[in-house]
Amino acid sequence: MALSADESGRLGELLASRSEQVTQRWTEIIAGQLRGRLSQAELVRQVQELHRALVDALSKGAVDLNAEDATELRAVLADFSRGQARQGFSATETATGVFALKEALLTALDNDQSVATLRDYVAFSALVDQMGLFTFETFVRTRESLIADQAEQLLELSTPVVKLWESVVAVPLVGTLDSARAQVVMERLLQTLVDTGSPYAIIDITGVPAVDTQVAQHILKTVVAARLMGADCIISGIRPQIAQTIVALGIEFGDIATKASLADALRHVLRLTGVETSRRQPRREA
Amino acid sequence: MERVPILKIGDILLVSIQVDMSDQTAVALQEDLAERIVATGCHGVIIDITALDIVDSFVGRMLSTIASISRVLDAETVVVGMRPAVAITLVELGLSLNGIRTALNVERGMELIAIDRADDRDEPDDDPVPEPTASP
Amino acid sequence: MTSGVDLGRPQAQTVGSDEDVVRVRQLVRTVAVAVRLSLVDQTKVVTAASELARNTLVYGGGGTVEVAAVDNGRRPGIRIVFADTGPGIADLDLALTDGYTTGGGLGLGLSGARRLVDEFDIQTAPGQGTRITITKWSR
Repeated sequence: MALSADESGRLGELLASRSEQVTQRWTEIIAGQLRGRLSQAELVRQVQELHRALVDALSKGAVDLNAEDATELRAVLADFSRGQARQGFSATETATGVFALKEALLTALDNDQSVATLRDYVAFSALVDQMGLFTFETFVRTRESLIADQAEQLLELSTPVVKLWESVVAVPLVGTLDSARAQVVMERLLQTLVDTGSPYAIIDITGVPAVDTQVAQHILKTVVAARLMGADCIISGIRPQIAQTIVALGIEFGDIATKASLADALRHVLRLTGVETSRRQPRREA
Repeated sequence: MERVPILKIGDILLVSIQVDMSDQTAVALQEDLAERIVATGCHGVIIDITALDIVDSFVGRMLSTIASISRVLDAETVVVGMRPAVAITLVELGLSLNGIRTALNVERGMELIAIDRADDRDEPDDDPVPEPTASP
Repeated sequence: MTSGVDLGRPQAQTVGSDEDVVRVRQLVRTVAVAVRLSLVDQTKVVTAASELARNTLVYGGGGTVEVAAVDNGRRPGIRIVFADTGPGIADLDLALTDGYTTGGGLGLGLSGARRLVDEFDIQTAPGQGTRITITKWSR
């Protein structure tokens, strides 16, 4: 539903002429529900900015929130809603902040009870609804991107690739491996092989509670990809349940080296690279 | 058509692919390399694909063919410098590059060839060493 | 199945020679970077395009490739259409089998390319040419 050019003009004038009254009431309503979680000064600034953008848009003849003239208004609304989302306000609180404008406007109408005014009010109310929905959508999108960012940060944190020895890197995997994480880990492992020039990699899955077909496939593909690049992978720390799953799923590990523990795997690699390992007190031979 | 230069370093031919290869360039390289192996009597070929941002089935086949040809001419081929994204893509594509030896970088590739030549000298000529391969 | 809308005009490249296949790869790479595909996904889609463009040249006798940035509302992606007016493919199932080839290749072109992308659509009939549409979405 769009405003007619007349309506938008009248509303723009009304909002401009009663500026103080409207913003004050608007601020009061929002302040009431936020209960001091936002400073008064900040709130006043936000409301005044919204008010100004709205008056601007209406004076340019904006009849719809999607109109060209409302670009600035949309930007301000989006800003407002992103700010609310980041500061942890709920979606309802954010949208109500915009809807409060209706009540604020009502105070500006005084006791004007003509039918024309009522009609204007309904039309204006539709615009505010549109603004509210727009705010809501921006809010949701902001939250989604926040979640995506956090998920990515979590991935970064949970996938260290460490250099164990000259020519040997290891990825100690901890926690549930889903397909996305498996992929990130594996890409990072392969890149580390290149960066460090290490021809051996140990993938330790001691800390992985379960492995499904997809994850096992990811690990297998990584081992094959590493071979194509000229590096060898050893998988260590396969727990009994996982070994059973692997066999039950019919996944072929082929000639991929597997070792019980990270220590065994490291010893295996060191032997391959020609490093001698010995105990400090060699057992006496009979 | 661009041609890929072939450098001779000691007993090794080094091919560093720096261009976005068309199929013709790939075929030409195959021919040039065979000639150079015979002309120089080199026993090792290193193909550096660090600069290649993709390896498709055509280039994959070229690499396999080069490895086979050079083996017939008594030279060992090592492909070095494959990028992780390229390796992951090759696995997904289903290309296993059978019969090709690989190393992370030129240095490691040279080591591989040196070890091979040393092994060769230790063993009598009539006992061919089975080829280790790049895939299972 | 394909979905999503085109963003901007698709860029076309005729495929009539070996060098054109290289140009297709470069065009696909540019668009793949523009829609922010990850490095691995860029590599996958460029490789798939290389395989299919070569098929267009070798089996289709040349044709055209169109590359477009698309958006399905949730994420951006790249869509590529390979069209030729060649002999078409009689037995599609067989052509999509790993290792099947009529051209002396490795037989991984079609089947391999399909594994590298998210959406793969092929329309072909004997004498009717072949039209393959592939899409890769950014993750």
